[in-house]
Amino acid sequence: MSTQDIGAIVEAEEGASLWNDAWLRLKKNRAAVTGGVVLVVMVVLVLLTPWIAPYSYEAQNLDLGATPPSAAHWLGTDIFGRDLLTQILYGGRISLAVGFIATAVALVIGVTWGAVAGYVGGRVDSMMMRFVDILYALPFMIFIILLMVVFGRNILLLFLAIGAVEWLTMARIMRTQVQSLRQQEFVEAAVSLGLAPAAIIFRHIIPNAIGPIIVYTTLTIPSVMLLEAFLSFLGLGIQPPQTSWGLLISYGAETMEEYPWLLIFPGAALTITLFSLNFLGDGLRDALDVRGSKD
Amino acid sequence: MVRFILWRLLQAIPVIFVVITATFFLVRSAPGGPFDSEKAVLPEVKRALEAQYKLDLPLHEQYVAYLGDLSSGDLGPSFKYPGRSVNEILSSGLPVTAELGLYALTFALFVGVLAGVFAALKPNTRQDFIPMGMAMIGICMPSFLLGPLLVLVFGIYLDWLPIAGWGDLPGDKILPSITLGSAYAAYIARLSRAGMLEILSQDYIRTARAKGLPEWQVVTQHALRGGLIPVIAFLGPAFAGLLAGSFVVETIFQIPGLGRFYVQAAFNRDYTMILGTTVFLSTLIVFFNLISDVIAAWLNPRLRAQFKGGA
Repeated sequence: MSTQDIGAIVEAEEGASLWNDAWLRLKKNRAAVTGGVVLVVMVVLVLLTPWIAPYSYEAQNLDLGATPPSAAHWLGTDIFGRDLLTQILYGGRISLAVGFIATAVALVIGVTWGAVAGYVGGRVDSMMMRFVDILYALPFMIFIILLMVVFGRNILLLFLAIGAVEWLTMARIMRTQVQSLRQQEFVEAAVSLGLAPAAIIFRHIIPNAIGPIIVYTTLTIPSVMLLEAFLSFLGLGIQPPQTSWGLLISYGAETMEEYPWLLIFPGAALTITLFSLNFLGDGLRDALDVRGSKD
Repeated sequence: MVRFILWRLLQAIPVIFVVITATFFLVRSAPGGPFDSEKAVLPEVKRALEAQYKLDLPLHEQYVAYLGDLSSGDLGPSFKYPGRSVNEILSSGLPVTAELGLYALTFALFVGVLAGVFAALKPNTRQDFIPMGMAMIGICMPSFLLGPLLVLVFGIYLDWLPIAGWGDLPGDKILPSITLGSAYAAYIARLSRAGMLEILSQDYIRTARAKGLPEWQVVTQHALRGGLIPVIAFLGPAFAGLLAGSFVVETIFQIPGLGRFYVQAAFNRDYTMILGTTVFLSTLIVFFNLISDVIAAWLNPRLRAQFKGGA
């Protein structure tokens, strides 16, 4: 048996026990499990939307107008006679897509930035982190609005703009992780074997820092979704004919006096999703014991 | 302490400089000139307008001229409201936003610290779970949802409070302040709970209890000061959030503050207004971060000692 095989076995065993352990702890946390289940249901629903939505996205019925929830329209209709459930499902596709994609952008930038800074160290590190410090001090909300104004309100830019401001914390977390991992024997071993820094970072260091990354990612998604909803509410985010939960809430708020369901149901969809993500994130943090031994 | 303040000031200067430069070039690189939307302006008129706003100069000269204006405190004219300067618009909106922010923050601190300290006194009991559950709701319920819901319940169904305006009707400042403050109340509750839990397990608290001090005195005189450091450190970033939150709250409640002007400027593509407001708000935010850092350092004996020596 070569040393590589032994290494693989040891790694597999340790990995398995760590993940089993975390899984057991997570299962005991009822709030986190509920959050996870709700989230999975939500994601499945929006993925299947084109097939399960009760009406087509464009379908209008101007004669019907706004009606409260009924058997034909479970969540009622808006002033154009559009089915609210259908609108919420399609809006959820965009809201969740922004949440996941912008977080993925933040994840890639942040992890790479932090890992490089932490691994290389020295002057490169202090310059890279000073850059992060400067960006941290910028009023990013104002900057996103500025970007949306200057470059027009398109959804791709929204992903990039949000991702571009949310990576900072990830970079800091990653750097701290890498700094402590770099001291360990297995990294020294990899260095002495002559592996390139990039290979060490991506093959050895990032997989070992995966816990905090997962936890922080779960907690970034809700803040990104909130940001999108915030912008859409102000009319600076998602533009019609596309829709998102923030935009639906914005329409709902305009007519809430006469048609309160148009505000309440999209609001509930957003709040429940954010709740679930936060509970799941908190639960994962405890399960993976990210802050080391209990503070 | 003086060294610490100077050090942080030195850090703030490049940040503000980066903001000004980035905003200037971003806004100038926007597709289409500010006067393109006007219907068929005569070329001479357009040239005169551009000369008036110094748009005929090369970009780097415009930049230098803008920096020159800024250094004398002049944020420039507004493109969309001829005759009004950005300074005038800002100075009419600032007092309103400042007042709103102050009320919101007061509400957030009062409710948040109270809830957090109560929760920390009996961790993992009902006294802990109920306020912390409410805090979770506060964090997940965005202001643009909470605001309309509050209006619906207290303004329309119960008809207790006015639904819009600022200083026009008695009580019309209550709903906006609560809407803006509640998310911060929730964060502050979580922070003060965590801070208090950590402090309450320290030796000097045990000493205070061993001396036979009543529990409320232990909490108010010994624990609070240390336990609230995280809250103070949070106030700087919270200020930035309050400003951003005022965009939404001022829009919902039709309050003539900075936030509403900013959103309107963004809609109207009023470039000088956006540029001026961004520079102004960013400077404010950097400044408040600075103040909250200094206060947090002043409250934290360890950090204070570090900078008293030659750090």
